[in-house]
Amino acid sequence: MTGPQEIDTAALRARYPDVFDRPASARLAIPAMIVAAFAILVYGLVDLDFSPSRFVAGLSQLGWISLMMIPPDPGSSLPIYLKALGETLSIALLGTTLAAVLALPVSLLAARNVVPSKLLRFPVRRFLDSIRGVDTLIWALVWINVVGLGPFAGVLAIAVSDFGAFGKLFSEAIEGADQKQVEGIRASGGSALHEIRFGLLPQVLPVIAGQVLYFIESNTRSATIIGIVGAGGIGLQLAEQIRVLEWQKVSFLILMILVAVAAIDFVSGKLRFAIIGRRAVA
Amino acid sequence: MTVAVSILPQQQLAVLNAAYRQAVARKRLRLLFGVAVFAAALLLAAIGAEVNLRTLFTHFGNFVSYFDRILTLDNGQRVWTDVGEWLWGWRKWLRMLGETLLISYVGTLIGASFAFCLNFFAAENTSPAPWLRFVVRRLLEFARTVPGIVFALIFVIAFGLGPMAGVLAIAIHSTGALGKLFSEIVENADMKPVEGVRSTGASWLSCVRFAILPQVTAGYASYALLRFEINVREASVMGFVGAGGIGQELVVAIRKFYYSDVSAILLTIIVTVFIIDISTGWLRGRLFGKEART
Repeated sequence: MTGPQEIDTAALRARYPDVFDRPASARLAIPAMIVAAFAILVYGLVDLDFSPSRFVAGLSQLGWISLMMIPPDPGSSLPIYLKALGETLSIALLGTTLAAVLALPVSLLAARNVVPSKLLRFPVRRFLDSIRGVDTLIWALVWINVVGLGPFAGVLAIAVSDFGAFGKLFSEAIEGADQKQVEGIRASGGSALHEIRFGLLPQVLPVIAGQVLYFIESNTRSATIIGIVGAGGIGLQLAEQIRVLEWQKVSFLILMILVAVAAIDFVSGKLRFAIIGRRAVA
Repeated sequence: MTVAVSILPQQQLAVLNAAYRQAVARKRLRLLFGVAVFAAALLLAAIGAEVNLRTLFTHFGNFVSYFDRILTLDNGQRVWTDVGEWLWGWRKWLRMLGETLLISYVGTLIGASFAFCLNFFAAENTSPAPWLRFVVRRLLEFARTVPGIVFALIFVIAFGLGPMAGVLAIAIHSTGALGKLFSEIVENADMKPVEGVRSTGASWLSCVRFAILPQVTAGYASYALLRFEINVREASVMGFVGAGGIGQELVVAIRKFYYSDVSAILLTIIVTVFIIDISTGWLRGRLFGKEART
């Protein structure tokens, strides 16, 4: 029986120099990266005023807060909270739909197989990119200046920030569509509009519907927080109760948000599978 | 040579046409029903969200003129005619942007470390016990579903105003999001190496270290970089609730109507987000090859 000790290490070493004697630079690369990452972390902790005493004091404070959150209790404001939750769901649904309706024509302009000219496509794409670079909360602040405090500002904020995201996603879906059907329409004498209507849209609509449903889901989450800056919905109540330190109401509101998000996830998951079948959605 | 297209006799055609119409009618009815339900939901939502088209109509000019105003200096000139005056606070803003980046970096790293420690308990194929998996999964779900800024609101009260609250809020949210993604990578890992290591009598820890970890680290790093990108955006609004970063400056400028400052700060944020997106994309491409660049 041959044991592992009989392996001729020297011969192996001579035969595979790449495995045994890697250059120092390759061997040091990963530890160097780890040290650098750690150094930035330490610098960040110092620069951002992390001190152990502050951390411990904060943790004990947090412990107290969590104790005071139990049991969750809406007090007498349950109807107000339910109305606020309805407002949040409305904001998500309306904002996403509005964004999708506005984004569809623009996404055609940003798709390579519809608008071949790079010169035309480039500004549209940069425009969509810059809209996406600005957070929903910032859009909410801007819209509050325009239509005043309230959920309507939230709807418009979500519509604008999703407009950027949808424009990009839709145009990618359109670029991924099969060109043969479009050619078929053109061969039978269809106009450019016919090509889009009968060649492209039937292919991309299910994909787009899936994406829109997915965004309604994720916007329920966004809609819960835009109230913090005054744009309506349950976030407004949540921010107020946190400011006046009504912790039992806070925990109740958080629970409400969790349940609502789970319910929307469930429903839209079912709908998505019904529309596009058991395919993965980006 | 001409090829005659044979046309079916009238009777046969009528039957086929009727069948076709019936098939299409059922489909159309279903579509119509779906559209009606959707329209009803929209209407209900419009009432719930106090949509007032008249307000929008009368004030829409405000939206356009808002951009006109934020692009105008105090002396009535366009901002780009006097860049020095427009970006007058660039030292302060750059410092705040640096703070924003640090917040997202530290938050992402702490979150990724926690996610790294927890995800093996949440993955189906490596979790030591079903009850442990259940507990860890619910924990991650909670951390993921509660929005980061809600954590920030609470932490500002517990830890005091300042970037510390922002870092912790981002760290918790990232733990939830990354923990889920990490555990999905582990679930997709090849289990044959695990069998090999276990057959030598290795412990659970050795199995994870020598069989799973070499397969998954690249995926982990890729997701963590992607998360960093998202967290930069998130950290830019943490200042809205007093949790540090450039958001503080922005919200003050918007609320106090310092119009040209708003556009200047927005510009710096957008440029920073662009640079971070491009550089992390490049880094991911360098580290993990082209296919990882999603």
